[in-house]
Amino acid sequence: MTNELDYLKKRAGQGKLSRREFIGKTSALGVSAAAAGTMFATAVQAEGPKKGGVFKIGSIGGESTNSLDPATWASQMPYHIGRQFADPLVEVAADGSIDSRLAESVESTPDAKTWMFKLRKDVEFHNGKTMTGDDVLKTMERHSNEDSKSGALGIMKGIESMKVEGDVFSVTLSEANADLPYLMADYHLMIQPNGGMDAPDAGIGTGPYKVDVDEPGVRSTFSKFENYWGDDAHYDGVEVIAINDSTARTAALQSGQVHAINRVEPKVASLLDRAPNINVKSTPGRGHYVFIMHTDTAPFDHNELRLALKYAINRVEMVDKILRGYGSLGNDMPINAAYPLFDTSIEQREFDLAKAAEHYKASGHDGSPIILRTADGAFPGAVDAAALFQQTAAQAGIPLEIKREPNDGYWSEVWNKQPFCCSYWAGRPVQDQMYATAYLSTADWNDTKFTNPEFDKMLFEARAELDTAKRKDIYSKMGTLVRNEGGLICPMFNDFIDGVSTTVAGWDLDPSGELMNGQITRRTWFA
Amino acid sequence: MHPIIKLVAQRLSLGILLLFAASAMIFGLTEALPGDAAQAVLGQAATPESLANLREEMGLNEPAVSRYFDWLGGIMTGDLGTSIVNRLDIAESVGKRLGNTLFLAFWAAVVSVPLAIFLGLLAVRYRDRWPDKLISAITLTTISIPEFLIGYVLVYFLAVKLGFGTALAMVNDSMSLWQKLNAITLPVLVLTLVVLAHMMRMTRAAILNVMQSAYIETAELKGLSTFNVIAKHAFPNAVSPIVNVVMLNLAYLVVGVVVVEVVFVYPGMGQFLVDAVTKRDVPVVLACGIIFAAIYIGLNMLADIISILANPRLRHPK
Repeated sequence: MTNELDYLKKRAGQGKLSRREFIGKTSALGVSAAAAGTMFATAVQAEGPKKGGVFKIGSIGGESTNSLDPATWASQMPYHIGRQFADPLVEVAADGSIDSRLAESVESTPDAKTWMFKLRKDVEFHNGKTMTGDDVLKTMERHSNEDSKSGALGIMKGIESMKVEGDVFSVTLSEANADLPYLMADYHLMIQPNGGMDAPDAGIGTGPYKVDVDEPGVRSTFSKFENYWGDDAHYDGVEVIAINDSTARTAALQSGQVHAINRVEPKVASLLDRAPNINVKSTPGRGHYVFIMHTDTAPFDHNELRLALKYAINRVEMVDKILRGYGSLGNDMPINAAYPLFDTSIEQREFDLAKAAEHYKASGHDGSPIILRTADGAFPGAVDAAALFQQTAAQAGIPLEIKREPNDGYWSEVWNKQPFCCSYWAGRPVQDQMYATAYLSTADWNDTKFTNPEFDKMLFEARAELDTAKRKDIYSKMGTLVRNEGGLICPMFNDFIDGVSTTVAGWDLDPSGELMNGQITRRTWFA
Repeated sequence: MHPIIKLVAQRLSLGILLLFAASAMIFGLTEALPGDAAQAVLGQAATPESLANLREEMGLNEPAVSRYFDWLGGIMTGDLGTSIVNRLDIAESVGKRLGNTLFLAFWAAVVSVPLAIFLGLLAVRYRDRWPDKLISAITLTTISIPEFLIGYVLVYFLAVKLGFGTALAMVNDSMSLWQKLNAITLPVLVLTLVVLAHMMRMTRAAILNVMQSAYIETAELKGLSTFNVIAKHAFPNAVSPIVNVVMLNLAYLVVGVVVVEVVFVYPGMGQFLVDAVTKRDVPVVLACGIIFAAIYIGLNMLADIISILANPRLRHPK
């Protein structure tokens, strides 16, 4: 039997047996399916990466208005395009630590105010130029200067000065921040020749694949860059194809026209997984779907009413019906176990009609309908989720009135403007950034209008704290504060659901983003 | 001046006037939409500063009227301008998309128009017998089903299950004509099924109408075969309504296929226009709108002229 098993493992490693065939054959030898699955993965990994082939990704979020300028990136398609041709200084690794990219190592002064990035040597841009410290400095300047419209402008704000000495790029902050390397992993901060000051959308980077064709909103094709600095990236070429329609995306994967797709709809995910040539990969992430109340606007300025609504939502039902199980329960704070330094001991808020009714009574609300605004585009299933919320709230005697808004203009006219609406957050790599983006009283995107001086103080305190135990403690207090007093109703954290062809080997769980944090073309290969 | 030339000139100038009106309307309507390009681009990620920076850069701070006339001045000199969102040359990016749309529409028309007319003639030949009923039943069924559903069903059964055609109708310059045709097989099939009934029924009705005339009876009495009577005597006199409905459907194949483009991920004008509208990219919306309007007006004008030419009474007005 061992011989037979070894033979099968070898075949699997050479890519001559699919996972399904392997499991089928080994089960005949008395190996359980779970064990066989693990065996298959190890066998394939053990054989080592194979070179070659053109990897095709079908992605949502393609628009004919997209550009190759990293500062303008805001949707999935440009995110994946950027992952092919360019690199940031550092990357968040799958285990939540900092992985080096164009910076070999990162150090800070003990007060966490000055950070030094030692740059990798002999890195070549696709135009043949060698990367210098000046390119890095100019890139960061372009994303942070006065007239920047970069998506990374917000996270560059705390920087006081930047300079380059030899091969060390250093950043001095106005306030200490122990999480700065995580901020530098932002997908907008791709290093470009001369910082992209001359031609921001030239598509020149240091990534493993160089841009051949870029048709915005249609497709982008890449070929392997022969002078790429890294030793990952095993394909000869990559094609990112815009497929915005989810049914078309699934069909393309099923018919073998693409090897991986993002955003599989939860309702078809389990069906798709049954197709013989496809694996559905679900990755717990930091993204969450939310109902947000402005804490400065009546009736939501009364914490009793906010609590009443928080108790009146059935989180388990939401995860079951809206996410079809591809997600986890929220706890009315924007943080979950996918974040470093998360305190698991904070009590999970349950669905409790009696408490909801009690808090509702205590709020003294006059019983007029509370308007909840929603739209299909707020998050997938937002309209249904609002209806579920309305039903459970009605059981507690709280009248919710659903107002459906058009998708078009939702982010400019409803979100952050209307006092109660549906929305989503994609999450951030670290707690500090999530809180600083949306819960600090002075933040532009403070979409719950949460103002709490104590919370703000703790945020800065935690940021400067290099002792992780103390930091964890502060974050726990902050989370509890938002949970009990904030305007956030967070029923669920959504998983990333990707569809990947069985011909792809080397898949790994990476909670930082969909399709292995966009690294799928670097870390996988054709079996 | 020959009355025909005069008529064409009249129609042309009317068409151009219509185009101006259409451009003003499109501009007005896009201005009336909530939000502007800067907000649409930044979306949820908008901050007051980045909004202000972007507005300045896009030139959105100028009054709407002056932006409209700037654009109008450009288009008079053949310059469609550049997109305010990604700053690509509009003529170039629209050109590619328009080429794709026309390619798909052309092949759909090549298949559907002769087929529809032939089926129409066949239906008249076997009027009220089973071939007529079968043709009507099938074409009316396919026109009644929403086109995205037909698309999905065909993709599932043909592309996914049988491996016939491709689920994605991706075309690009590096493909040979044969590869392109293979790629658009399914969308052409869907479009054909969608437009067939309209043209077929109109052909049938128009010819049946003519079939009541005395000269048809004479032709029959001469001993001509039924199909000959229909094709040679009835059809030429029924051309006018048929041409009208064919042109309407051709216009639809060019301007109305956004759903099919989405389902098959075909890089045509429809999807391009939708993207431009969601991003409030006014110059691109205007350019697309004008092109669509021009095609629509042009095809309708052509239909009018052909029906006039086909009708001696209209050709020689008293």
